[in-house]
Amino acid sequence: MDFSFSEDQKMFQETLRDFLTAEHTSATIRELWDSETRRSSELWQQLCEIGIMGLLVPEEYDGMGMDEVDLVLCLEEMGTHAFAEPVIPTLVGTRLLADLADKSLAQEWLPKVAGGEAILAVQYPESPFVQDAHVANLLILQKDGELHALTPDQVKLTRQDSNDPSNCLFSVDWTPSADTLIAQGEEAAKLSAEAFDRGALAAAAQLLGCGQRMIHMACEYASERKQFGVFIGTFQAIKHMCSNAQVQVEYVRPAVYRAAFSLANNSVNRSVNVSMAKLAAGEAAHTASRVSMQVHGGQGYTWEQDLHLWMRRAWSLDLAWGSKQMHSQRIASIVIDQGVPTAPLGESWLA
Amino acid sequence: MELRFTAEQEAFRKEAREWLEANVPKEPLPSMDTKEGFAAHREWEKTLEKGRWGMVCWPEELGGRGADLFDWLIFEEEAYRVGAPLRVNQNGIYLLGPTLMEYGTEEQKKRFLPPMASSDEVWAQAWSEPNAGSDMAAIRTTAFLDASGENYIVNGQKTWASRGCWADWGFGLFRTEEGSERHKGLSMMVFPNDLEGITISPIEQLDRETGFAEMFFDNVKVPVKYLLGEEGKGWNVAMATAGFERGLMLRSPARYQATARKLVDLYKEHEDTAPVSAREAVAKCWMKAEQYALNTYRTVSFLKAGGKIGSEASLNKIFWSELDIEMHELALSILDAVGEILPYAPAAKGLVGHWLDGYMFALAGPIYAGTNEIQRNVIAERLLGLPRK
Repeated sequence: MDFSFSEDQKMFQETLRDFLTAEHTSATIRELWDSETRRSSELWQQLCEIGIMGLLVPEEYDGMGMDEVDLVLCLEEMGTHAFAEPVIPTLVGTRLLADLADKSLAQEWLPKVAGGEAILAVQYPESPFVQDAHVANLLILQKDGELHALTPDQVKLTRQDSNDPSNCLFSVDWTPSADTLIAQGEEAAKLSAEAFDRGALAAAAQLLGCGQRMIHMACEYASERKQFGVFIGTFQAIKHMCSNAQVQVEYVRPAVYRAAFSLANNSVNRSVNVSMAKLAAGEAAHTASRVSMQVHGGQGYTWEQDLHLWMRRAWSLDLAWGSKQMHSQRIASIVIDQGVPTAPLGESWLA
Repeated sequence: MELRFTAEQEAFRKEAREWLEANVPKEPLPSMDTKEGFAAHREWEKTLEKGRWGMVCWPEELGGRGADLFDWLIFEEEAYRVGAPLRVNQNGIYLLGPTLMEYGTEEQKKRFLPPMASSDEVWAQAWSEPNAGSDMAAIRTTAFLDASGENYIVNGQKTWASRGCWADWGFGLFRTEEGSERHKGLSMMVFPNDLEGITISPIEQLDRETGFAEMFFDNVKVPVKYLLGEEGKGWNVAMATAGFERGLMLRSPARYQATARKLVDLYKEHEDTAPVSAREAVAKCWMKAEQYALNTYRTVSFLKAGGKIGSEASLNKIFWSELDIEMHELALSILDAVGEILPYAPAAKGLVGHWLDGYMFALAGPIYAGTNEIQRNVIAERLLGLPRK
């Protein structure tokens, strides 16, 4: 029993933090918003050089063969920096291709993913849109319980602008065929369920970083802004709002780390653990965004102030990979109707 | 990171489960805040001690098992699983015990820890005073050395002394330096509650029980050997105790996980009549109990790696106290009109009265061990760095 991260895992996070602090500022985000694809191939290349995209790629495909526990702090760090490049779909797609019974797609695509030469898009039934379909080299799509893999020339995309300009959503027109089919029946259901949980965990981790950052922004502002001749951060009304948000965010942390462990080890409680992480993270980030905006006052309602870069990320991530409502209902159905497999307190309940 | 229990931990759980199933009283004991309940709970402590389950993480020579805090959490999970009695000596074993181990002299440890472990001596806490509640540094009860230098002479009044009515010993903070102000000049002391000059007056609580008392000190002679830690440094000793209380031991996560499981069962029983909103609210309570447990396991990992509990304890105290209220309010809303029936009324079937009792108790949570408003100030200033002035 040990809830701590290894030195290597923490160092990986620090490397990413240094990179994002230097190369991915709020000015970078605003520049990307004005670009055509809103995506940066330079940032993607640098991210791959750090090793993030090869992390989940098995060693036989030139990756590092690591797992979600190795990754989760990095995902959190991306949330801290409102980094929205298509990391989540590519990671989800990576494991999906690696887990297919037929290894030919993995052989073809995963070395490219690890090398930064391929981006993956993954559709899931809870959303009508596909994220980052416009920059994906391979799209993994679902229809009637089947999984299909298509190249960009086989799909027609319609852009659906999101409230978060960093979130690139598309409707995808496509036709399934025997050539595009990669899994069906039980195999497709299993892979699809795992992909969904993996995406939800990644979004939860990013929400955690995003929520914490918004609280810190509020506290920085409250420590500089004066009214009635004093810093507004001296008022208990402000202190207590920030503290309430911090309590919520702090308790998301172990839920997210545990969900990462459950995924990495395919625990029997994987899905409910992931849903708890995603729901708690969505709620905490929502509280953090409300509190931070209130503390910023009128400044927080402007386009110029950077806070909304993080608020928009939080709103989008909250809806991605299952909304609060969806995960809340899934927890209720497991906890109340099915009964959690390891409750009450089976030997492995924590994992 | 490894979140599966080891084979040793699983074996420990099994042993604890078997012992508890064989030894936990079949009928629940009367409340420990009644005279007969207090006595019955002291008996339960003796049973625990005989089985060496009193404080599993204490050293063997103190009746413990030299186990670690993870084992303590596992034992707590098993104790709540079978509905074992609550711990009447929690002020001693959870709060003063760890403080004694850190700040006590060898002689003090030898004198106080064994009878604490066996509950031959049950402890009361005596921090607050009528004018020193949330503002604990306003303490005015004095304990000045007499001319011989052998005794402190204590004068003043303590209040909200938990277990004050029937406990054998007490501990608290006293002003030992004349003319000192605020956090300075305070000392932590222990004392037998039957010393000459101590008058104990029970306080009738909201639930009509007497879980706490007022303590009046009139020229009470407390020998200097009962000073805990350095004279004048009592505030630091008290904060270490409070950190343990808020941050880890006072409320083990198993307590809330057990309540959450009962809540799920209650909802299932009343699924046809419960408000539509109750379903997801129940699931959310279950989730929060899990979050609390997870954070505690994380805290223990941090302690085992050499960390110390600091201001994070304040996050904890807010989380468990507010979750407790949320769960009981939800249960009462599911029970609807029956929810107000007292436990002994004929209509109070099953756990009906249990939820009402639990609610009344939960209401005190955001007040004791430092109000949640004080905790919010601590979080804002010490964890988030907001300015004090």
